[in-house]
Amino acid sequence: MKPAPFAYHRPSTVDEAASMLAATEGKILAGGQSLIPIMSMRLAAPAALVDLNHVTGLADIDVSDTAVRIGALTRHGDLERNVAAYDANPLLRRAVQHVAHATIRNRGTTVGSLVHADPAAEMPAVLRLLGGSVEVVSTARGRRSIDAEAFFVGPLESALEPDEVAVSACFPHPPAGSGSAWLEIARRHGDYGLVGVGALVVLDSDSSGERGGVPDQRGGHPGARRRHRRLQRRGVRRGGLGGRQDARGRGHRPRG
Amino acid sequence: MTTSHVDPASGEALHEVTLTVNGMPHRLRVPARRLLSDALRHDLRLTGTHVGCEHGVCGACTVLLEGRPTRSCLMFAVSVDGASVTTTEGCLEPDGGLGHVQQAFQDCHALQCGFCTPGFITTITAYLEDNPDPTEDEAREAIGGNLCRCTGYQNIVAAVLRAADIRRERAAS
Repeated sequence: MKPAPFAYHRPSTVDEAASMLAATEGKILAGGQSLIPIMSMRLAAPAALVDLNHVTGLADIDVSDTAVRIGALTRHGDLERNVAAYDANPLLRRAVQHVAHATIRNRGTTVGSLVHADPAAEMPAVLRLLGGSVEVVSTARGRRSIDAEAFFVGPLESALEPDEVAVSACFPHPPAGSGSAWLEIARRHGDYGLVGVGALVVLDSDSSGERGGVPDQRGGHPGARRRHRRLQRRGVRRGGLGGRQDARGRGHRPRG
Repeated sequence: MTTSHVDPASGEALHEVTLTVNGMPHRLRVPARRLLSDALRHDLRLTGTHVGCEHGVCGACTVLLEGRPTRSCLMFAVSVDGASVTTTEGCLEPDGGLGHVQQAFQDCHALQCGFCTPGFITTITAYLEDNPDPTEDEAREAIGGNLCRCTGYQNIVAAVLRAADIRRERAAS
């Protein structure tokens, strides 16, 4: 139960991290809450680790008018406790509270969880549901942003190239007049959910200017599929969510 | 951090790491793969921190990193260079007497074999800093990440509530 030996690299800037990663063909260490157990069980034995934990400026949570942007060193617990992020988008806290236990959330990073791309994980489903993106940096190709739709390629597989460092993730705010929820079923407290559902419902304005129908309802199901997808329904009538037509899945259109 | 040293037995590079543990500064020379749990137990001889599953499930190795509970088996010592760590040995009263959580465990008989106890002590100590007056349900939730195979948890939940009482009494006196 001890990791195999590896060469340790400690960059102090993102550019340094990217060049070390390219030079060593190693792996990035951020929170390590998935990587280190995998290494301890000898399921992985990377020749080198590039430790992001001493890079400054990667732990920020930036809440703008349009999105919550978090850095590669933002711990799950930091996002969970951040009041501005919760006020702007309550779904982030609702979902992140289901990530393992508080003790793990104090060290594990949300961006690391995205990159790990576990189909049963919560935050990849949230990124997919909100139509967010991950920003990555490499020495060879510079900086690029990858949309959530393209980011999750398969189980434990993201679109990140081996020489790319994920530096931040952007979770767009849900539209005005929307509501969200997060539910999941796990066998034990803190375990990965057997299945979960994240839902975002957007009301539109009817002619009187009041919120009326439910034109846009999206769902994400961590644990239910091999990779994170977003399900979308449009034109659902008010109060019709439990109706027979809906129960047959009318307008149920898997995307991506 | 320097890597100018090599372990003569294994040929592995050794890194110099500085840690403040329970308020005391320490300098260690460890291979990069040294888990923080092993650095505490083997290098610093602070064997209060216990190692159970060694992959982040049982919670026995929980320490406070900059005051927050974290699994010491899921961190490399070299990666937390410069950090401040509190172990169960550090969860004492300033005069060296039992801390409020330790006292509550004794009062409530919240341990049998005691293997899991260090992880509970650190977790509950930090929890009560943020939540000084938990309900029974909240106390149960707070220890959800720590496994105990002896007690059935009832006495541990009681100890969380008792520790909150002792903490208040001591703060008032």
